[in-house]
Amino acid sequence: MTVTPGIATDRQRGATEPPVGRLAHLPKTPTGIHGLDEVTGGGLPRGRPTLVCGPAGCGKTLLAMEFLVRGIVEFDEPGVFVTFEESADDLVANVASLGFDLLRYEADGQLVIDHVGMVGGEMDDTGDWDLDGLFLRLGAAIDAVGAKRVVLDTIETLFGAFSNTATLRSELRRLFGWLKDRGVTAVITGERGDGTLTRHGIEEYVSDCVIVLDHRVTEQTSTRRLRILKYRGSLHGTNEYPFLIGESGISVLPVTSPGLRNAVSTQRVSTGVARLDAMLGGGGFYRGSTVLVSGTAGTGKSTLAAQFCNAACTRGERAMYFAFEESEAEILRNMASVGIDLRRWVDAGLLQFRCFRPSLLGLEAHLFAVQKFVSEFDPSVVVKDPVSDLLRVGTVADVSAMLARQVDFLKAKGVTSLFTSLSSFDDPAHAGEQIASLVDTWLVVKTMEGNGEHNRILSVLKSRGMAHSNQIREFLLTGQGIELADVYVGPQGVLTGSARQAQEAKERSDGAAWQEDLEQRRVNLERRRESVEAQVTDLWREFENEADIVGRLLSHGSTGVEDRAGQRAEQGRLRRADPDESALKVRPSDVEIGGK
Amino acid sequence: MTATVRPDTPITDGEELWYLRLYVAGQSPKSLHALANLKRLCEEYLAGHYEIEVIDLIENPSLARGDDILAIPTLVRRLPEPLRRIIGDLSNTERVLVGLRLLPGPSQ
Repeated sequence: MTVTPGIATDRQRGATEPPVGRLAHLPKTPTGIHGLDEVTGGGLPRGRPTLVCGPAGCGKTLLAMEFLVRGIVEFDEPGVFVTFEESADDLVANVASLGFDLLRYEADGQLVIDHVGMVGGEMDDTGDWDLDGLFLRLGAAIDAVGAKRVVLDTIETLFGAFSNTATLRSELRRLFGWLKDRGVTAVITGERGDGTLTRHGIEEYVSDCVIVLDHRVTEQTSTRRLRILKYRGSLHGTNEYPFLIGESGISVLPVTSPGLRNAVSTQRVSTGVARLDAMLGGGGFYRGSTVLVSGTAGTGKSTLAAQFCNAACTRGERAMYFAFEESEAEILRNMASVGIDLRRWVDAGLLQFRCFRPSLLGLEAHLFAVQKFVSEFDPSVVVKDPVSDLLRVGTVADVSAMLARQVDFLKAKGVTSLFTSLSSFDDPAHAGEQIASLVDTWLVVKTMEGNGEHNRILSVLKSRGMAHSNQIREFLLTGQGIELADVYVGPQGVLTGSARQAQEAKERSDGAAWQEDLEQRRVNLERRRESVEAQVTDLWREFENEADIVGRLLSHGSTGVEDRAGQRAEQGRLRRADPDESALKVRPSDVEIGGK
Repeated sequence: MTATVRPDTPITDGEELWYLRLYVAGQSPKSLHALANLKRLCEEYLAGHYEIEVIDLIENPSLARGDDILAIPTLVRRLPEPLRRIIGDLSNTERVLVGLRLLPGPSQ
């Protein structure tokens, strides 16, 4: 299964991980080159020649030399380097920058560099000849140091020296057979020809293992790539793997390809913002997870990242901040303005900044640099601010493939990483989309326009493996860092900023009015109760008066009959008699009226 | 077998001295042919002013580095300068003479 370089998704990566050590019966010689042994499943075929081919300047010579040097340094296997092109002095000088001290290895009897000069151009041949001279030289050199590894760089140069190519070809075939007989693991380099792996087709004779190197420039960025074209008798990774020539030699990537078998942690690490921790189900991100914070310009992504670092350092952990847009001094100043004092952590050695423009390095170099820094400092949290800047260096597919490898690397180390990503105003979610599938938690910050102001809001778009809040929070940059506030949802949508404050004030005043109203009602009720009680008292009093009258009447013992007879007698008396004026005048109301 | 082959005839004054070095590998047929052919040609064309040094790389493999020897047999014209090298068992006389510039080459 061959995968087009650069667009391997995480699913594909899982399927095409280099098989490691499944066919143990084929003896292999570890190269010691970073990543190459993983890709080849343990190294080059032991005791057999391997062809390394590619165009000029792709790193063939260096790969071959590192193979020898690692053999000497790491595996105690002396080596012979036969150079047909560069002089020994040039070779020594060229690899000195990688820390390969060839003169010392030579002096220690672990290395022979034999420069085969092709002076005088083509040699006339005057009859039968063979390459016994080369065989004897090589044999002597192998014997001199007890070499286990041999490099022939670049043997095709011989085609320029001998006119009789038929003899040369048969001699080369004999040479490779002879190398096998000697039991040395050989690397033979060849320059790419037109439509063939090597100019003179020597791949025909070296058929056990063929490694193709390439050097391509896409969008002004050069990338070196390595592919195992053929490995007889062994499984091997078939992808094109980017590789780098770094300060300490070649690194083939991915250097970590654990096939999504990272150990996971249920431990949480605080985001540095208490309410955000609460939104993530309490506690924050999972340790070793990957977080993406995407948002438009000026939404506080960097501040969130800084607060995350601040929280880690407060716990006594180390944090590493990769900044692609601001310098360390700028970040320290800017974060101090929102109350996040990062300088103390830098001084304490808990926080390290690495600030550089991504365009300074290619993608692979960038990946390598980050891995190197992280390996050296061993932080527990890493921030990359912003990863969207990497898009200036490579295509979206390349960047996401690179980030996938980086995520693998960071997860394998248990590093909690936070990437920020700048997205456009039109489509805030878009820029993060490409890498969103790589991350475990995705926070989106954006600004909302309304009431003549822009206000920041934050929401958790996804967070694998935790019950997270679906609510939007207003994101406030205060003098004490980030605070999250509730937002109000009203008829006009989500209220933020002054609209939220107005709403809060309104609710407060509404509340006060309600209180007042209640109090009034209570007072009214009290009054009513008092009046009801007064009425009840009156009623009782009336009732008692009447009861008193009735009681008195009963106690007089008079009957109704007597009374009615008396009344009739009285009526008769009154009708006959004249009205008694004085009797009328004694009525109180008449007296009052008369008095006026 | 590293040895200097003295010419049968004494070196004569006035003639330019030819100093030739032949690299061989033991007693292989190619090596023996080459030496025999070289001796014959020298006697024919350089009688009296040549010297041949035969170097056996099986005995002294390290000497191969000095003249950058890959093919066996290789004949190196040390003198007169410039240095010239031809390979093979020297059976093609015309090519040997052209290679050693004892005859003008086709291109010259």
